[in-house]
Amino acid sequence: MKNPLDSLWGTVICGLVLTLILFMIVNHYIAR
Amino acid sequence: MDFIQLGIGRWLHIISGVMWIGLLYYFNFVQVPALAEAGKDGTGAGITKHVAPRALFWFRWAAVVTWLAGALLLGANFHKAFFFTHHAFYAIGIGAWLGTIMLFNVWVLIWPNQQKILGMKPASDEEKAKARRVAFLASRTNTLLSIPMLFFMAAAGHQGVFFG
Repeated sequence: MKNPLDSLWGTVICGLVLTLILFMIVNHYIAR
Repeated sequence: MDFIQLGIGRWLHIISGVMWIGLLYYFNFVQVPALAEAGKDGTGAGITKHVAPRALFWFRWAAVVTWLAGALLLGANFHKAFFFTHHAFYAIGIGAWLGTIMLFNVWVLIWPNQQKILGMKPASDEEKAKARRVAFLASRTNTLLSIPMLFFMAAAGHQGVFFG
């Protein structure tokens, strides 16, 4: 499998996905 | 005292952060593709000799100033952010941790390997090739991490808007 960090778009998409995951986690704990 | 800590500290944090992340984006969005292109006709020496060392100087020291100004800004709440002990500091805690990982990458992975690549430290061709890959991946990792880091930095002062 190709490393997504080898492409700029792969890097940006991974960053957006990580943002979404962390947002969901933080949102869950703040809303509790 | 609030003026120094929360006013000047925030201002310094933003100025140095713009320089740090601005240069990070310059490396990833401009210099790396430009050097790949320049490698085809052998015109990359100007960039590696005159531009990269200067950009790296401001890049690595801006990273330090950004982190220190951020720590000043957190002040007595530093541990609440880094250890997630209060929900008001969850967002800034995530941002602070991502920024800290990025600072580590700059000083431990990017800068020592760039010194080998740019000939500031002696290295064999094999060591240079390995250094190039490590520095590249660390720089790309920081670009990746900068996206959530900036989201959580922006969200920290506006948790009511960002989180339900």
